[in-house]
Amino acid sequence: MENDYSIDVENLVKKFDNFTAVDNISFKVKKGEIFAFLGPNGAGKSTTIKMLTTLLSPTSGKLIINGNDAVSQQEKTRESFGIVFQDPSLDDELTAYENMQFHAVLYSIKKELWKKRIEELLRFVELWERKDHLVKTFSGGMKRRLEIARGLLHHPKIFFLDEPTSGLDPQTRNHIWSYIRDLSKKEGITIFFTTHYMEEAQESADRIAIMDHGKIVSTGTVEQLLQQTKQTSLEQAFLSLTGNAIRDEEASGIDRLRTHRQMRGGR
Amino acid sequence: MKRLAELIACVLIGKCEGGDKFNMNAIYILWLRELKRYFRSRSRMIGSLGQPLLFLIALGFGLGPVFQRAGQGNYFQFLAPGVISMSILFMSIFAGIQVIWDRQFGFLKETLVAPVSRLSIMLGKTLGGATIAVIQGIFVFILALIVGFRPDLNLLPLALLFMIMIAVFFTAVGITIASLLEDMNGFQVIMNFIVQPLFFLSGALFPLNSAPAFLKIITSFDPLTYGVDGLRACLAKTNQYPVTLDLIILLVLIGVIMTIGSYFFSRIEI
Repeated sequence: MENDYSIDVENLVKKFDNFTAVDNISFKVKKGEIFAFLGPNGAGKSTTIKMLTTLLSPTSGKLIINGNDAVSQQEKTRESFGIVFQDPSLDDELTAYENMQFHAVLYSIKKELWKKRIEELLRFVELWERKDHLVKTFSGGMKRRLEIARGLLHHPKIFFLDEPTSGLDPQTRNHIWSYIRDLSKKEGITIFFTTHYMEEAQESADRIAIMDHGKIVSTGTVEQLLQQTKQTSLEQAFLSLTGNAIRDEEASGIDRLRTHRQMRGGR
Repeated sequence: MKRLAELIACVLIGKCEGGDKFNMNAIYILWLRELKRYFRSRSRMIGSLGQPLLFLIALGFGLGPVFQRAGQGNYFQFLAPGVISMSILFMSIFAGIQVIWDRQFGFLKETLVAPVSRLSIMLGKTLGGATIAVIQGIFVFILALIVGFRPDLNLLPLALLFMIMIAVFFTAVGITIASLLEDMNGFQVIMNFIVQPLFFLSGALFPLNSAPAFLKIITSFDPLTYGVDGLRACLAKTNQYPVTLDLIILLVLIGVIMTIGSYFFSRIEI
């Protein structure tokens, strides 16, 4: 019954030198499901997403995305998913339209097709009027909406969203979530997302996996997690599963540099 | 080693991880992106003309009379091809090193998750960077003409070929360096220990025939030497090495750096 699943992960391990970031995890995500992947900072969520999206190769384990092996069938895997990264990944010096066009060409979409789709998608995220503006003039929320539109351009079967709403105001967050739910309902796209806002997971997710210290500590629907932990809100359930200790996450060189640049006033 | 094997398989039999060996559309759009970014930043275009102009005026006119008295001929004619090469060198290395910014600002991830081989991405970026470096070189050439450079124009196509080769080689060098660095902390080191020596030890500023032996040996290890020499042969009719030798050495070096660069670029993990 392989085909009922969009994501099928078995015994996935990722080690960096002596540190095990992802420690033998297994989970499945059904087609069309909205799946929340939660965990404190440094739990291994981003490392897992990087492996799911072929950016990082696993130390060991099985990774099947839309029926393709994410390690040996990278090209097919890459065609089949869209992603919104945790950090912005737009070219600020290009316009919204050019960013979309760049994506369309990289994904070998035919010109007649992308012309139509870019307009549809930019209207969908309400950026059509601003299509010829440079992305550097956009607010954080607009950039996020553009990234969502871009990630959908090649009609992916799975949409990965790594903290799609971090740093956004409640208005924009609601707006973005209504898009995402809409998409899942209309197009049947599988949504795999991470967030630190428990209410987002509680409201939107069909199923949730909670990860801590590189392991998945619990999986289930919101009700199941509440029952299991005998709590009344997902936030409490989350805390009872992962504890109250604050996590340290070591910043990578890139993160440090980013902070450094921000302090110096950016580009 | 696995990556190297994959890369060799990619070039030889066209079986590449991530996509086709040469995805022409992807190469084109990456090239176009570099050009758009270049033409949009006027300050970068104009700013990078300042240094060549300074070299042409201060050195060209300042040292000209001394050079003449030493019996070496017209220094301005000698210097102009060197300054053109310098501007191409700087522009190419910077264009290549842009990969670090792309990495830092996240855009690199967008290209790396796309169903396109790393080799195509590397080629698109190299050609894009090299194109803007050549454009920059042409601007400096025009600037030199305005200030008083009177080149031989018969071999202009060959001169252009040398400019392209310098640009392609050093853009690939820039990308290779960028693939090895995680952030810009090492940037100053690269400027002081790679880019500046490449320029000053290339014979761009002084004639090699009268240089001391040790300096001649050092310059013979500098790839830019052959670019400057070839360009000078075409435009100013003076050269140290045979033009064919310059051409062959540059072509071989381009082959080598493209292989090394693609290898390291294919190893980038985010």
